[in-house]
Amino acid sequence: MFRVVKRTDLTKKQSVSFRLIAILGALLTTGIFIWFLGFNPLQIYISMLDGSFGSMYRFKEAIIQTIPLVVTSLGISVAFRMKFWNIGAEGQIIMGAFAASYFALYWSNLPIGVLLPLMFAASVVAGGIWALIPAFFKAQFGTNETLFTLMMNYIAQKLIIYIQYGLWKDPKALGAGKIAMFTDNAALPEVFGIHIGWIITILLVVLMYIFINRTKRGYEIQVIGESENTARYAGMNVKKIILTSMLLSGALCGIVGMFQVSGVNHTLSYQVANGVGFTAIITTWLAGLSAPVIVIVCFLFAVLQQGGTFIQTAFSIHASVAQLVQGMILFFVLGSEFFIQYKLVLNNKADSIIKKEAV
Amino acid sequence: MNFISILTFVLTGAVTAGTPLLFATLGEIITEKVGQLNLGVEGMMLMGAVIGFSAALSTGNPAVGVLAGMIAGSCGALIFAFLTITLRANQIVSGLSLTIFGTGFSSFVGQKMAGQSLPESVRNSFIPVKIPLLGDVPVLGDALFNQNILVYSGYVIAILLAIYLLKTRIGLNLRTVGENPGSADTAGINVSLYKYVHILLGGALCGIGGAYMSLVTVPSWQDGVTGGRGWIAVALVIFVTWNPYKAMLGAYFFGALSILGLYLQSYLPIPQSIFDMLPYLATIIVLIVISLKKSKENRPPKALGEPYFREER
Repeated sequence: MFRVVKRTDLTKKQSVSFRLIAILGALLTTGIFIWFLGFNPLQIYISMLDGSFGSMYRFKEAIIQTIPLVVTSLGISVAFRMKFWNIGAEGQIIMGAFAASYFALYWSNLPIGVLLPLMFAASVVAGGIWALIPAFFKAQFGTNETLFTLMMNYIAQKLIIYIQYGLWKDPKALGAGKIAMFTDNAALPEVFGIHIGWIITILLVVLMYIFINRTKRGYEIQVIGESENTARYAGMNVKKIILTSMLLSGALCGIVGMFQVSGVNHTLSYQVANGVGFTAIITTWLAGLSAPVIVIVCFLFAVLQQGGTFIQTAFSIHASVAQLVQGMILFFVLGSEFFIQYKLVLNNKADSIIKKEAV
Repeated sequence: MNFISILTFVLTGAVTAGTPLLFATLGEIITEKVGQLNLGVEGMMLMGAVIGFSAALSTGNPAVGVLAGMIAGSCGALIFAFLTITLRANQIVSGLSLTIFGTGFSSFVGQKMAGQSLPESVRNSFIPVKIPLLGDVPVLGDALFNQNILVYSGYVIAILLAIYLLKTRIGLNLRTVGENPGSADTAGINVSLYKYVHILLGGALCGIGGAYMSLVTVPSWQDGVTGGRGWIAVALVIFVTWNPYKAMLGAYFFGALSILGLYLQSYLPIPQSIFDMLPYLATIIVLIVISLKKSKENRPPKALGEPYFREER
C-alpha cells in the first residue's frame, strides 16, 4: 500500500520543526500518562520549569548539571564519529574521579596552583586508560566494544565501592562507608557562583568543533566512521586512529570525573557518575554528534533533571518523572528521524515518481 | 555446619538467585539471535517487576502477577521493535532509551506501593515444592528439585527454547535472519515478522525475570528492585555464547558468585564488591577469547545490531 522513499528535499528548517513536533508529542503522551495516574500534568510541567528557572540559585543548579553532560557528550561524540560504540563513559568518569581524588586526599599539602592541575592531569590519564583498554582489543582483535565498554563501567563502580567501604574509608565517619571531604585547596574555584568547569567546558566545545571540522585527524575520524575500508585504502593507519581517538574520548569523560569531585561533591563516592555516562549517549545522539548542538540538548536535559529533583522536594512526586519524560522524548525523536529521512508515498504514486526519475 | 550442608546452602541459593538472570538471559538470547541488540533488558525487567507486583497486589493472584509482568515486558519490547524495525532507529540508542524509560516508569508507577507487601495467597504460591524421588538426591536434589514453581518453569523454558532455536525449522529461519537477513529475505522469510515476534517473546521473558524479583525475591515493592541484573543478563548472553543450555549453567554460576561472596565474607578477607566484579571480568575474558578464536559456533550472530532495510541492500 505504502512505499518508503528516501527524502532529498527537506530543508534544515523543516527537519528542526519535525523534531520540535516530536518533543511536543512526547510531552503530550507523558502528560496523558501522568494524568491517568492521578496527577495534574500541566502543574507538573510548570513546576519542573520553575525548578530550573524560578530563581538564580535554581538556574545555577541547572547549569551545574549541564556541565558534566556536555563534556561527556563531547567525549562520546568522538567515539561515535568512528562508529565505535563507547558506552563506557560512566566508568571513564568514575576512574577520572578516582584518580583526581587520589591527589586531593593524599597530596593535599600541595598549593592549589599545583594540586588542581595535577588532579586534572590525573583524571585525563585515568579516563583515557579506561577507554584505551577496550579500544586496544577492538583494534587488535575486533573484540566487541559495545559490550566491553559496558562491562568496564561495572568494574569501575565495584572498585570504588570497595575503596569507599574499605581502603579509603574515613575513620571519622563513625563506621559509615564514606570517603573524607577534600580540603579547600582541592576545590575548583568559582566564577559567577559556578565552578570554573563551565569556562573549560565552553573552551572544550570550541576546540572540539575545530578538531572535528578543521583538522586532518578530525577528518580521518569521520572517514573511518563512513567506511573503514575506504580509510585503509586511502592509507590511513586505522588502528592508530582508533586508539588515539578513544584515548581522547576517555580523557574527556575523565575530566568530568574531576569536575564532579572537585567542583560539586568535594569527595568521592561510587555514585559520582550518577548515570551521566548513559544520559550523555542519548544527548550526543540527539545532537547529531555536533558539538554546538550538544550544548543545547544537554541544557534541555539538565533542565528536565533539575525540574524532576525540584518537584520531588516541592510536591513529593517522585523525581523519576524526569526520566519518564526523557525516555518518551527519546522515543519520539528517534521515531521522528525516520520521517526526516524518508517519506511514505502511496504505491501508485511511487511508481509515477520512479518513472519521472527514469525519464 | 558441615561441608555438605554448606554446599547445599550455596547451590540452593545459586539456583534461586540465578533464576531471574536466567529468564532475562533467555529473553536476550532470542532477541540477539534474530539480529537485534536490545540494551533495554534492565528497563523491560523493571516494567515487568512493577506491573507484575501491582497486578498481584490488587488481585491476590500470583499467576495474574506473572502474566502481567510478561505483558509489561513485551510492551517495552514492542516500543523497541517499532523504533528499530519499522522506523529504522539505531538499536543501541533505542535500547538505552528503553532502559531509561523503564526505570522512570517503574519508579513513578511504584511510588504509591513503596514498602507494601504481597498478600499471603501470593507469597505462599512461591514456597519451594519438593519433587518426589529427584528431590531426595543428596545436595543436588535439594538444590535443583526443592524449589519454587518459577524455578521449575525456568528449566522447562530454557530446554524448550534450546530445542526451538536449534532443532526446528522456524528456529533455523530465525537464526538465518540474525546471520544474514538479506538471504533470509530472498528465501521468502518475512524478516520483519520474525524480528517482531521474537523481540516480543524476549521482552516477555525479561518481564518474568523482573516479576520474579518483585514477587519472589523481595515480596514487597522496592524502588529499582532489579539492581542492575538486566545488565548482567546482557553480559551473560555473551558468557554463554548464545546457547540456552549454557544459559542455565551461566545464570546459576553467576547466582553462586553473589551467594558465595555473602558467605565467604566472614571467612576470607575478600570484600563483597570484589566478588561482584567477577561476573563482569569473566564476561570481558569471554569476549576476548571469542574474538581471538573466531570459531563459527561461539561468535555473535553476524548481523547483530545491524539494521536491515530491503531497499538499501
